[in-house]
Amino acid sequence: MTTRLIRSVVGLALTSAMLSILMFRLNSPIAAVFELSVCSGLISVIFVTTASFTSRITEERLEERKKERFVKFWLLPIIIVAVLVLMYFYTKPINFVSPAMPQETDVRHILWNKRHLDLLGQIAALLAAAVGVIVLFKEKK
Amino acid sequence: MSPDLSQIFWYFSIFIIAVGICGLYCILATFNLIRAIIGVEILIKVATLLIILGGYLTNQSALAQSLVITLIVVEVAIMVVAGGLILCVFKNYKTIDTRKLMNLKG
Repeated sequence: MTTRLIRSVVGLALTSAMLSILMFRLNSPIAAVFELSVCSGLISVIFVTTASFTSRITEERLEERKKERFVKFWLLPIIIVAVLVLMYFYTKPINFVSPAMPQETDVRHILWNKRHLDLLGQIAALLAAAVGVIVLFKEKK
Repeated sequence: MSPDLSQIFWYFSIFIIAVGICGLYCILATFNLIRAIIGVEILIKVATLLIILGGYLTNQSALAQSLVITLIVVEVAIMVVAGGLILCVFKNYKTIDTRKLMNLKG
């Protein structure tokens, strides 16, 4: 198991936790709870499990890769800073037109009554994932 | 839309673009399959935040939340299969370095 990979996974979990705080602040508490429990918890567990089965690379190869990474993407930090500075100075007020839909405040009502086909899609996605994992780990006879 | 909401939109836009660039960098710079999947996960989080922000700005938070719940379930399905694929690749090739997985023949 590599500690660097585990550090990446912990970073992802912290990003999820931060995103759930933002969601809570943006009037979406139920989605925030889902994000915190599923993305920050379950997906981190999946990644840690996967990382625990892999082996670590040698220190020499690690140094080589670090050099390659910085040489290949030296322009990226400049692009990030340029985009952020441009956006900061280009903060024009925008007038969004709200869609002409009745405002529903109950998530459960929307999920179970109006978007019930989404639930079928969710079930299909979960079943497809289960079948996929079964096929991937099927032992050869 | 009030000026306050417009300001919120721009602040979140800057944040979303920064996180999106981080996700893209994560995918492009690494040769490790697990880190590439983590980059995909970060990009999915950007999409999630955009949906929630859209719901907040248009007063349709409930609809946005129902969409995000669906997105999270699909995300879990993708990640489970991706994790399984990485384990299978490691089992067969003894590496998860993308440069060494170039011998696929169609």
